[in-house]
Amino acid sequence: MPEGKFCNKKPVETEEELKALLGDTGGKQYYEEMKSLDVDQALLWKTIQNTLKSRMKTWLEICAHCGMCADSCFLYLINDQDPKQVPAYKIQSTLGEIVKRKGKVNNEFMRMVMETAWAKCTCCNRCGMYCPHGIDMGVMFGYLRGLCYQQGFVPWEMKIGAGMHRVYRAQMDVTDEDFVETFEWMVEEYEEDYPGLEVPVDKEGADILYTVNAREVKHYPEDLAEAAILFHLAGENWTVPTSGWEQTSLAMFAGDWAACKMQVEHVYAAMERLKPKRMVGTECGHAHRATVVEGPYWAGRSTGKPPVESIHYVEWLAEALREGKLKIDPSKRLKKPVTLQDSCNYVRNNGLKDITREIMSYIVEPGYFKEMSPNREHNYCCGGGGGFNGIGLFRPQRNKALITKRDQILNVGAEMVIAPCHNCWDAIRDLEEEYKIGIKWSFLKPLVISMVEIPEHLKLQE
Amino acid sequence: MYDFLTGPMFWLSLGICLIGMLVRFVLYFRGLSWQLDRVAYKAYPFQGFKGAVNSIVKWLIPFGTYGWRKQPFMTVIFFGFHIGAVLVPLFLLAHNLFLKEKIGLSLPTLNPLIADVLTWTVIVSAIFLALRRIALPEVRILTTWYDYVILLLAVAPFITGLVARYELGSYTSWLTVHILCGEALLIAAPFTKLSHIVLFFASRAQLGMDYGIKRGGMKGKGMAW
Repeated sequence: MPEGKFCNKKPVETEEELKALLGDTGGKQYYEEMKSLDVDQALLWKTIQNTLKSRMKTWLEICAHCGMCADSCFLYLINDQDPKQVPAYKIQSTLGEIVKRKGKVNNEFMRMVMETAWAKCTCCNRCGMYCPHGIDMGVMFGYLRGLCYQQGFVPWEMKIGAGMHRVYRAQMDVTDEDFVETFEWMVEEYEEDYPGLEVPVDKEGADILYTVNAREVKHYPEDLAEAAILFHLAGENWTVPTSGWEQTSLAMFAGDWAACKMQVEHVYAAMERLKPKRMVGTECGHAHRATVVEGPYWAGRSTGKPPVESIHYVEWLAEALREGKLKIDPSKRLKKPVTLQDSCNYVRNNGLKDITREIMSYIVEPGYFKEMSPNREHNYCCGGGGGFNGIGLFRPQRNKALITKRDQILNVGAEMVIAPCHNCWDAIRDLEEEYKIGIKWSFLKPLVISMVEIPEHLKLQE
Repeated sequence: MYDFLTGPMFWLSLGICLIGMLVRFVLYFRGLSWQLDRVAYKAYPFQGFKGAVNSIVKWLIPFGTYGWRKQPFMTVIFFGFHIGAVLVPLFLLAHNLFLKEKIGLSLPTLNPLIADVLTWTVIVSAIFLALRRIALPEVRILTTWYDYVILLLAVAPFITGLVARYELGSYTSWLTVHILCGEALLIAAPFTKLSHIVLFFASRAQLGMDYGIKRGGMKGKGMAW
């Protein structure tokens, strides 16, 4: 059977298709259909010829097979140093083979490729730092995911996620109305505690345009209120857009480049409409990577930058604390062993390694902050990056992958892990559920709110 | 035979190597695409250049990167091999006497004792590089016959050169074999993995630009390779 009802080469474009696909619980029928999905070999080879140029061609060719990348990969280490988990092997036996065979690969091969691309690599890009030739296998796996997506060999949840962006311009079925209503409702909930608290919607020319992760709207609406509270206390002139508020991109994890472009252009349109001075995104790693780091390229912006200066939440927070817009009550600083999870997507892939530590210096009592080993740009993936957290089919592999982070946390003796990244936060929550090591985990917003001094004029009048 | 190898064949192999390498180097950079690679190379030439230099220089220093420090044994045999492999062919006294006679120019020359030590180090390191491929499962799984051919191609001129130098057997026949091996290496270089002689710099420069421009080079203190 060539194209299945659910598993096929066509992206999900409508709400009905999306609902039908979601109705196939766990992707049972979807994966069954995948077993007989045809590979369009001609299209595959044509795509490779058009898009696999100098950089990747050279990477595949000059790989010296030295194996120095092996130790850099947490999945290799945690899977008992299985040689099949060596990054160079993983990419040579998948993308390398497809290129060698000029796209003439079959269904079974492509299913192996899918498993390798989503369950054996989180695109954390750590291996690229340990290859003498500078071969970044994470980049190649990102590319390979695009080929898989084109051919319909993509995990069920990833196809849904990309479809969500196509239909809702959000990673979940959250509409623009849902977003504005939820934000306003949450702010109302807190306005008694914080007089004057508001969420300015669609305000032109604000200093800050705030964008979020749709999960916050759907599952963690307190996060929206917390963002509003901190902007309020810092006296910021901020706004949220009624449309173009979603910063994330599951389409990036899925390799659906067309949807990546649609999604990011939607956010850029909000920037162009409202003309803020800056855009600040929420505490999410891949959202920042998608909208700020990779997005400009999908949108064809030759400057490599979004329409307005765009920063991660940690950059705004560090600045607010540094400049005294937010003041921490020293007596309320964290006084227990605390560690910090470096998100691959904005630390290794956007250099924000020192700024998060600056925040630690303000909110953790001196002596209580502990560094994981390794850390900063050399840190290991949380174990659930690149979409790994969300794929049911690969849950056992993901749970095993969490052990790396679990042991890093245990080794440093931390009682709390600060994870300013949704993916890392989820992975650490899951590792606590799975392995029960008795740790707490948190975003920055609730911690800062618990210790920030409220300026006199914003205090609740008794 | 000797006259042919040191005459037309010398020029031919050297020409193929130099032109071939130049072509590969130029084609590499011409093939870079800011949109496909998602790196705004032209928008930030200074940051790109800084990132590229940093990325190359750090990896040229033994134990200069986290990667090298993580694998000290590999670092020793890697540099043991490459330092001699670069220095000896270029600066050996005999090679420069030959060059002087050919083109009237020569490069500074190595002390013969140092040249001997470097050559031995190349050979011993090559043996360890081969053994490492056999002994370590994570390297064995990647290794193909092609990797051994490349290693043999690279080390053959050193082995034959040393045999000739110690005059084991017939000096002139070993010298002929040595020249043959050297010329085979020169001809093969642009068309095989040996192209890494120049593409190493190209590829490292690219990743350096990537990090320098896009992945944080413009934020904070740059990359700790």
